[in-house]
Order: sequence, then C-alpha cells, then structure tokens
Amino acid sequence: MAQGNNSIKKILIVAFSLCIVCSVIVSTAAVALRPMQQLNQELDRKTNILNVARLYEPGMDVEEAFREQITARVVELETGEYADQFDPDTFDGFEAARDPATGRTLSGDRDIAGLSRVENFATVYLIGDPDSPEQIVLPIRGQGLWGRMMGFLAVEGDGNTVVSITYYDHAETPGLGGEVNNPRWQAQWEGKEIYDEEGNLAPALHLTKGGASNEHEVDALSGATLTSNGVTNMIHFWFSEEAFGPYLAKFRSGTEPEDAEDNDTDFDDVEGA
Amino acid sequence: MADVNAKSVLTAPIFKNNPIALQILGICSALAVTTSMSVSLVMTLAVIFVTAFSNLFVSLIRNHIPSSIRIIVQMTIIASLVIVVDQILKAYAYEMSKQLSVFVGLIITNCIVMGRAEGFAMTNTPGMSFLDGIGNGIGYGFVLMVVGFFRELLGAGSVFGFTILPTVQNGGWYVPNGLLLLPPSAFFIIGLLIWAIRSFNPEQVEDNEFKIKENTKPQEAV
Repeated sequence: MAQGNNSIKKILIVAFSLCIVCSVIVSTAAVALRPMQQLNQELDRKTNILNVARLYEPGMDVEEAFREQITARVVELETGEYADQFDPDTFDGFEAARDPATGRTLSGDRDIAGLSRVENFATVYLIGDPDSPEQIVLPIRGQGLWGRMMGFLAVEGDGNTVVSITYYDHAETPGLGGEVNNPRWQAQWEGKEIYDEEGNLAPALHLTKGGASNEHEVDALSGATLTSNGVTNMIHFWFSEEAFGPYLAKFRSGTEPEDAEDNDTDFDDVEGA
Repeated sequence: MADVNAKSVLTAPIFKNNPIALQILGICSALAVTTSMSVSLVMTLAVIFVTAFSNLFVSLIRNHIPSSIRIIVQMTIIASLVIVVDQILKAYAYEMSKQLSVFVGLIITNCIVMGRAEGFAMTNTPGMSFLDGIGNGIGYGFVLMVVGFFRELLGAGSVFGFTILPTVQNGGWYVPNGLLLLPPSAFFIIGLLIWAIRSFNPEQVEDNEFKIKENTKPQEAV
C-alpha cells in the first residue's frame, strides 16, 4: 500500500465515506423491507392464533378466517374487565410492559416466569360470539431454558378447559425443548383443566414426569426438564391472580352448576380411593 | 497465491483447502446451525453471499484502505452485508429466519468471511476475490451439509424435514440420539470428517509442532 494511504486525512476520508455508503445501504434495506416483514409477523401471529384454537388448515386464507371468526379485545388484568381505551389491533403487550403507565415491575418470588416486568393489560382473542365465546386465546410468555418463550394458550368458553398450547417464538433446543411445538405433545393438552375444583385462584395445571395421571397434569418433555419447568411456571404465572386469573374467573362463575357438581363428585372419588 | 486462476480459486476451497477442514475456521457457526439440513442450506447460501460480496467490495477498494484501519473497514463492509441478508430473510423467508434467529447476525463473526477478506481480497483483483468468496462459501457449506445430514438423520430421523426413520415420539421405532441435536456432537462429526479428508489427501496432514515425550514411568515418580 502506498504511504499516502496512511495519512490522517486519507484515513478520515476512507472511514467517513465507508460509513456513509454502508449506512445508506443498511437503512435502505431496513426501510424498504419493513412493510413486508411486518406483514409476515402479523400473518405468523394470526396463523398461530388460529392454530392454537384448532381452526387452522394448511392453505386456508388466514386473514379472512381471522376476520370472520376471531374478535380481539384488550383486558385489564387486575379487574378482568375489557379495557376499550386500547385498540386491540395495535396494542402490544410486550411494549406495554415496559411503559410505566401500563406495566409494573415484578419482584423476586412473584416473578416465577422470569419476566421482570409485566403489562397491566393484555390482548385476548375471542373465538365465535364475543359475548359468550367458544374459545379464548390468551398470550403467555416466560423464561425457558435458553431464553424467552412466547406463545398462546387456548381455553374453552368455561374459562378452565384447555384446548391447546403453542409457542411462536422460542429458542429451546431443537428435538428436546423445541418439542413444545410437536403436535403430538400439544395434543395432550386438550381437555386438561387449569384450576382445581375447590375454586382456588392459583392454577393447578402443571407438567409432570412419568406420565400424566389426572386432568391437571401434562406429560413433561423428555430430556427437557428446564423447558418443562419454564412452561409450568408460565402457566402458574399467567393464570394466577397476577394475570388472567380474574378475567377467567368471570367465565368460570358463569358455567352451568351441573358441571361443577360433576367435578366435585370426581374429586371425592379420587380422595376416597 | 502464486497461480491465481478462476477454476482453482473456485474449486480448491471445497476439498483441497476447505476452510473448516483444513483451516479450521468457522467452527462455531458450524456447531450451531447444523441441527437440520434446511437450516444448514439457508445458512450456506447466506454465507456464500456474504463472503462473495465482502471479498468483492474489499478488493474493489483495497488500494485505498489505510492499513491501520483495514480490519475495521472489512468488518464494516461485512456487517452491512450481513444486516442486509438478515433483513431479506425476514422479509422473504420468515419461517427460516425464525429458525436461524441470531445465527444470521453471527455471520459477522464467522472467521471465514474475515479470513478471506484479509487473506485474499486485500491482495487480489475483484473478480478473483468474488470467485474465492463463492468457493470458500461452498467449502463451508459442504461441511455444513454433511454435518447437518448426520445430525438430522440420527438426531431427528429425517432429512430436509422428510421422515426417513420414524421416531418413537411420533409412533415409529427409531429412538433418536439426543446428543446429535446438541452442538457438541458437531465436534465429533467434523473431527471424523477431517480425519476422512486427511486420510484421502495425506498432504493436508500437518507436521507435529511438538514432540510428545514418553509417559512418565511409575519409578520416576518416587
């Protein structure tokens, strides 16, 4: 290289012009592709919601199915009432958690899902008639083994019976923790019950090793203890009084008394045995 | 670089001068992205693109790069290209970009890209550098695909997502080897691959840098 290249003037010129050229290229790519990326993310989110509600079929028109069957509402977690001051299409729970006006910091032992901050409002997706939905899809998230796991859990209109669970963003080990998205494992969640029959507000549903024996247990993922613990913690957090507990309690109190009695009998039988 | 002709520049890095097998560069990403073949393939394409174009651009301005800031200049070019690739994947191959997640960004730290920019593109013409980038990308990709093939087949019972060995989790007979889905398993496969390549091409075997002394005998310890 010629000596002239190492003069301070030349160094500054090269560094400066390189930075200009590169930043123009990078920002052009970022701005030009942004709409396309957002469309993809939106489509992915909707596909996952339809999927967890067991309405998704390959090749279907996701946008149309979503418009026809699903109503999004924002819920105030503390009271369980709908909060109509937020637009459910643009409300982002993750952003809301960081904003002091709409989120709060979780301290130590209350932060079982490893969130550090949680939002006071959350978007729920109602399937069917919004006044008495067939299913409710709730966003959940929490710490897995390698990082944050984001997913949805669908419950039936009784606010207790699980339809399915899915994770649309996680970094778990493929083949081990990554099996959270194995359809065979997800199918085990169907019909499980989140809360026990005694009306406790703390969720009873959890993952367990060595096979599920009742409606509050789901078989844990083999070879992925920490991911399984993460999933359990997430369920325990998001369905407790801190999050969707009060909201779902409204649906549970609305269920037919016959169902509740049936459950009580089952429970006594188990205890007597 | 005595004889720089297009064909050897393009093909030598695949077997004769493979960046992973001979130069032992880029091992880290080879461990991370080889759990399945489709991910390996996309990663390969991304690396070929980045190596080729970073070589091209570095070579184009090589006579104007002050030697005192050349590494930073190379890194800036590489980083910009990687961000562009990441953005394109997010826009046109969203599912794939979700699976590759941070590893696309980590191409920036892939030693192969930097190694070729510094070792070849700084002293060769743009056309040759471009071909060298493609060749090294293919060489890297070749190892990735081989490792990915064994890891996906034995770890998940499939190839490119198509089931070859039905696994127990899905009601089949094959008990998958969980170790192969974890990054350390790629060490074993790469090690075996290097052994195979060097048995085939004995001139790649390096001279011993140190002579290993004989083991200490028990009597000497007393």
